[in-house]
Order: sequence, then C-alpha cells, then structure tokens
Amino acid sequence: MSEPVILFDHVSKSYPLYHHITGGIKNFLFNLPKALSSIKNSKYEVLKDISFEVYKGETLGIIGRNGVGKSTTLGLIAGVLKPSKGKVTVKGRISPLLELGGGFHQELTGKENIMLNGVLLGLTRNEVKRKLDEIIEFSELGDFIYQPIRTYSSGMEARLGFSVIAHLDPEILLIDEVLAVGDTEFQKKCLDKMMGFKKSGVTMVFVSHSKEDVEGICDRVIWIDNRSIRMAGTPKDVVLHYSLI
Amino acid sequence: MLSHRIQNIIDLIIVLTQKEMKVRYKSSFLGYLWSIAHPLTFAFVFFIAFKMVMRIAMENYTLFLIAGLFPWQWFSNSVSLSPMVFLSNASIIKKVNFPRNIIPFTIVLQDMIHFILSIPVIILFLFIYRKSPFLSWFYGIPLLMVIQFLMTFGVSLIVSSVNLFFRDLERLTSIFVTLFFYFTPIIYPETMIPETYKPFINLNPLAPLVVSWRNLFLKGTLEPFYLLISFLYAILIFALGYQVYRKLSWRFAEIL
Repeated sequence: MSEPVILFDHVSKSYPLYHHITGGIKNFLFNLPKALSSIKNSKYEVLKDISFEVYKGETLGIIGRNGVGKSTTLGLIAGVLKPSKGKVTVKGRISPLLELGGGFHQELTGKENIMLNGVLLGLTRNEVKRKLDEIIEFSELGDFIYQPIRTYSSGMEARLGFSVIAHLDPEILLIDEVLAVGDTEFQKKCLDKMMGFKKSGVTMVFVSHSKEDVEGICDRVIWIDNRSIRMAGTPKDVVLHYSLI
Repeated sequence: MLSHRIQNIIDLIIVLTQKEMKVRYKSSFLGYLWSIAHPLTFAFVFFIAFKMVMRIAMENYTLFLIAGLFPWQWFSNSVSLSPMVFLSNASIIKKVNFPRNIIPFTIVLQDMIHFILSIPVIILFLFIYRKSPFLSWFYGIPLLMVIQFLMTFGVSLIVSSVNLFFRDLERLTSIFVTLFFYFTPIIYPETMIPETYKPFINLNPLAPLVVSWRNLFLKGTLEPFYLLISFLYAILIFALGYQVYRKLSWRFAEIL
C-alpha cells in the first residue's frame, strides 16, 4: 500500500454525440453547418471531475446504477478511452477489460482466442503456449475449446474470459460484472482465484452489482452516481448506503 | 525488455494475420486458390472482351493482363477490406490498448503474401508464352513490394480510420476502387493512351506502379522515372494515412 498504481486526477469524460457523423458522408455534407456545430456542442458527459487512486495490491470496487459511467471508468483505466479533461495515470500491465459478451472473436475457436488475448496482453506466443493447458483446464470447457466462440453460451464465454485473464500474470485486473453469468460453482472458483490474486499483490478494479461479492473481496469501494463519486469508503459502509436508496 | 516488446509485436502480427486468413477464407489451402482464381477469372473475362471480341492488336495479351492484375489485386483487396477492419475487430479494440494500426497492417501483409504466392502463376504463363523469368526480379520485386506496401498501407489507414466516423465510406471505396481500376493501365498498355491525356496518367499514383510491375514481369526492366514517382507517391500517401490514423485513433473505442 505504498504507491498509487492507478491515479485519476480530476477526470472528466464526455462523448460527442456522433449521430451526424455516423449518418454518413452524404448526411454530413448536406447538413454541414449543423453537423459541425453538433460535433462541437452536443456532448454527453459521463464522468465529471472524478479523482481517486488505487494503491498497489488493493482491490477497489465500483458500484452504481446502470449507465452512470462505471464501464467508462474501466475503459479509461484500460487506456482504450482518453479523458476529455484531467489525467489518468496507470502503472503496470493491465489485463484486457473483462466484460460480458466481448473480447472474443466469434469465428475463432476458444483455443485460438486464448492465443489472441495472450499476445494482446503483451505476452509472446511461447509464453502463451506454456500456459495453454492450465487455462483450458481451469475453464472446464473440455472439447468445446476447439469449437468457434459463436457456439458458446454467454456463461461459457465468461468462463473462458476469466480463465485466460487469470492465467496471464496480470498486474492490474479489470473485471466488469463478468461473474454474473457463470454458474454458482464457477463463480466460487473465480472468487477463490481472485482471493489468490489479492494475496499475491495483484491490483484489481471490480465492477459488480453483487453486494456480497463487493463486500467479500474489495478493500475499498467507490459509488458512482450522477457522473461523480457519491461516496467512497469501506465496502460495508458504502454498500449499506447504496442499498438504502 | 525491449526485445520482448518487439517479439510481442511480431507475434501479434502473426496471430492477427493467421486470424484474418482464417476468418476470410476458413481454410488456408482453398484460400490460396481463391486468391489466384479471382484475378485469373478477371483475366479470362478481359481476354474474351478485348482479345476475342474487340480484337485488340496485342501479342501475349493474357500474359500482359496477368502481370498487371496480380499487383492490382493486392491493392484492391486490401483497400476494399479496409473499411470493415476496425469494425470487425471492435471486440478487441474496446478491450485492450494495443497499437491499432497493426490491424490494417496485417490486412495489407496478408494480401502481400497472396501476391507473392501468385508469382509462380506469372512464371507459368511466361513459360507458356516461351519466355522466362529475369534475374532483375531479385531486386526489382522486393523494391516494388516495399513501394506498394507503403502505398496500400497508407490508403488502408485512411479508409479504415475514416470509415468509423462515416460509415458509408465503404460504398464510396468500392466505387473508387473500380474507377481507379479503369484509370490505371491494367487492361490496356500506357502506350495506347491518346497523346492529349498522356500527361495526366501520372496523376494517378497507381499508374507508374502498375506499369513498373508489368515491365518488370514481362521485360525484366525497371524504369527509374516511374520508380521514383511511385516511391514519392508511396511516401506521401503513407505519411498522410499515418497522420489521419494518429488524429483519429484515440476515438476508436468511443465510436465502435
């Protein structure tokens, strides 16, 4: 608990409303003045002036209702999004954002997706190959690992996703409610694995709607509401206040 | 640490290329056949239209067609696929922060591999017409390949990046690819262009390149002037493409 590995310094994030652009070139040109002003002015603010830090080895929980910017926060940490204002500093190797229904190529087999995710995470092919068996075993997918992802159920996809990320020596793990779809047994297995990470000093940011999981795992919780942090503190306190409304 | 990073980038390129091959062709052997079947069919159609029906007065017209069509195919395949490449990789772009330009890079690389694999077909046709390959190919082919790679990658970066913001660019791309196909001396020799229009031919960045390829394949010669302008075009287009990509790439995850 010495140095912050994730640092949000007065971060705001807004998205332009891209509708004039995605309407196509034709629409854009025919409505040029309107389109230009809409790029400049129509903004949808998701996060406003957020500051927090996560220390090495800490597990931070993020709670809040749907659409308040929890996933945007994770995207900012992962570096796939850039803040509109403020600064995000992250030190260490970040795992791919683990979220529902994303991250895999539907046409590739489970095994090929493991390889793809591994190299995307920054490993070499040989390093991934060495871990392949371990990953496949943890996922308990059996022969399905040789089938394209499109044949998987969402629970199976979540299994694979967690298995890959759990075995690729992440330094910072970002988990976005992925555990919700797995069966109870696998959920427990993931939670055990996460407890193991905690012991070995992996920093985790965990977005979840499950109050028990948040209380069980996190060291600290922030509650995002109405674009800013409504409350930050111990899991018990924050979850208690969160469930009161 | 640095070598690990480089190894990782190389592996990323390999894995993504394998993935594209698989997604595109499902199996690699048939994939090879496809990559040749397409330009060969084209050559066959143009042969019928221009040699048999219109009776163009040219010897070895089939060979002539193939020598221009194969390099063209590389360019046109890469560019036609470009609008979709970021869209079809949305799932990884939204999750991991890796250099996104690797994706169009692998597309162009893949079509280059197909092009290399199609060179034996050109050799085969050379033999059919009682000609043989030239020693100058050993430096000429790599040289032109570098030029074409830069040019294609540049266009691909522009098209793939901009298409995320203007999703109908895909339609425009296919129209432009068709236009450029007929503006480039592929099915006709540059010498047949009327004198009045000849000065304009080099305004088309692809023209000097395709002419260079054909001269290299058919005569084993490289014209320094054509080489120079296609090289300048390649640098220019690549620089432009990279700028466009750099300006837009940080918004990719937002808009996908």
